[in-house]
Amino acid sequence: MVESARNLWQKSRGFTVIISLVLLIVLVLLISMNTGFIRLTPLEVIRTFFGGGTDKQHLILFDFRLPRIVISILIGMGLAVSGCILQGITRNGLSDPGILGINAGAGLAVLTYIMYFPTTISAPVFFLPMLAFVGASGTASLIYMLSFKKNEGASPIRLILNGIGIAAAISAATVAITLRLSPEKFQFVERWNAGAIWGTNWKFVLALLPWILILIPYSFYKSRTLDVLNLGEQLAAGLGAKVEGERLRLLAVAVALAGACVAVSGGISFVGLIAPHLARRLVGSKHQILLPTSALAGGLLVIISDTIGRVAFQPSEIPTGLVIAVIGAPYFLYLLARSKEK
Amino acid sequence: MGVSTQSTNNKSGSSPVHFKSRPVTALFVILVGIVGLILGLIASISVGAADIKFMTVWEAVFQFDKNLTQHQIIRELRLPRALASAIVGASYAVAGAIMQGMTRNPLADSGLLGINAGAGFVLALCFAFNPGITVLGLMLYCFLGAGIGAGIVFGIGSLSRTGLTPIRLALSGAAVSALLLALSEGIAIHYRIGRDLAFWYAGGVAGIRWSQIWIMLPWVFGAILVSIIISRSITILSLGDDVAVNLGQRTTFIKVIGSIAVLILAGSSVSVAGSIGFIGLIIPHMARYLVGVDYRWIIPSSAVLGGLFVVLADMGARMINAPTETPIGVLIALIGVPFFLYIARKRGDN
Repeated sequence: MVESARNLWQKSRGFTVIISLVLLIVLVLLISMNTGFIRLTPLEVIRTFFGGGTDKQHLILFDFRLPRIVISILIGMGLAVSGCILQGITRNGLSDPGILGINAGAGLAVLTYIMYFPTTISAPVFFLPMLAFVGASGTASLIYMLSFKKNEGASPIRLILNGIGIAAAISAATVAITLRLSPEKFQFVERWNAGAIWGTNWKFVLALLPWILILIPYSFYKSRTLDVLNLGEQLAAGLGAKVEGERLRLLAVAVALAGACVAVSGGISFVGLIAPHLARRLVGSKHQILLPTSALAGGLLVIISDTIGRVAFQPSEIPTGLVIAVIGAPYFLYLLARSKEK
Repeated sequence: MGVSTQSTNNKSGSSPVHFKSRPVTALFVILVGIVGLILGLIASISVGAADIKFMTVWEAVFQFDKNLTQHQIIRELRLPRALASAIVGASYAVAGAIMQGMTRNPLADSGLLGINAGAGFVLALCFAFNPGITVLGLMLYCFLGAGIGAGIVFGIGSLSRTGLTPIRLALSGAAVSALLLALSEGIAIHYRIGRDLAFWYAGGVAGIRWSQIWIMLPWVFGAILVSIIISRSITILSLGDDVAVNLGQRTTFIKVIGSIAVLILAGSSVSVAGSIGFIGLIIPHMARYLVGVDYRWIIPSSAVLGGLFVVLADMGARMINAPTETPIGVLIALIGVPFFLYIARKRGDN
């Protein structure tokens, strides 16, 4: 009786949280559409949005700002869900695709491609997420294999330590490649590494969308499995979950999401770490409600950071990834200082 | 007494074979290391875009003739470069050895613990706001930056109730590095100094001038000397704080002195050669494997072996993909990462 009342309370609370997050996203979206080099008043934005406004306003809004905003939200959602899944399956609150080196792997794949491709603009957009996925999954499987020990599986501590090591190796390789690039490619890669959301037209939205639309609902569908895995290996096996198989499948989903997002966003870390933590504080740790909440929190975080990055040092733009790192790293350190795990 | 036996057991548990110190082997290692270092330096001077005979190297050093191009190359380009490699290698290695001893953390390294990133952040600030800064000024700022990085990493690590575990330090180092790198990149993009900084990230001893060496040398020399003087106390600290206190050590005093030495060593190396990680991880482990657990021997052998290692790495970096130079930081990271993974796998379990 008590349990069900608690459930009900959690559900209604979750509902409130989700609605508020959606409202917040809409609010920031409106603010974000206003801000930028050329200012548009809220009224102009709304008028343009519903078909009015001058051609110039139309162009700014629909061809420059809106795709970028939509992409920010999608990236935030993807990275947050990826982080949430990783935290679930490693049972470690400090997991994040950035810290585990998965983003770096995706980045290296994209970078290698850019190096051999004549210009950055003509790169086939739909191909990039796939390439990033290959890089990300290569890195993830390397880390997983290195951390795997017979009879023990892949222990969270080993996963994290190996992740740090592999990330260091990849960033060394990245530096080596970067230094050989021509100046204009160098500038592109520099910004890419810093997480400047660079794919800012509708083509990129279309390239990213299928990954998000398929993988995020799939992870929602698997939320019960994540709950069970969270109880610990033995208990999960006792409850009838095929632990290693499920873990691998979910890992693949997390890696694919991170890879696809990184392909468009560049090196953005910490979203996958912060968003699930915030969400867990707000709605508890049931994945059914935790996953959607993390997704929304992630979207909100990235769109806020992107807006700050555009406004803070006008006219030069601060890459979104840097803004997020400046917010995210202290939060991570705070979590680290509080954590009781070894 | 109970505490001390327990800690000693832990220590011997983690390295059962090499518990004893071996002074004779150590002396041998140091002597062979020095001979190797001298040979390495000579080889490093002779190898390059223009191959130079050994005799010419000898003459250039001891009977310098201003009118010969080869002598000029040796005096102004090759010699400072080779010497700088040796000094930087020794500094990073000794810094790593001190940190590993004081924190009892096998994964301690100035690159992994945010110290290099801190120095780099200050370097970015200097490039952006004060491009005409003197070599000495740059180095002093780098000490400060190294201190900031180390301060945050160790502060966070020790704030938590379960203390400074290796994994927590590693994570805290990774996050602080990420933060400081992000800030440096932001500065780099805003002030368009990205390429200058990228060469700094990659690490390198090309283009080092004599003036830099002369300014750096006394600091490094002093810091290594101090660390050798306190090496006995570091050995005792490496058995655990409880043991050290029981044996009458002034632990705080030693830790402060040791930390200052680390900051000077890492900071001056970063200001001259850029951020090169993993030397401070690999070399002390090798030294410990060879000479045992006594830091009176580990520190001097680390200095010699570190110098040798970087001289060889720099030679490798010039030869692998000649005539293009591979960044030395990259080369060393590619050697260092497998080593890191090995140590993490061995020690990360207990």
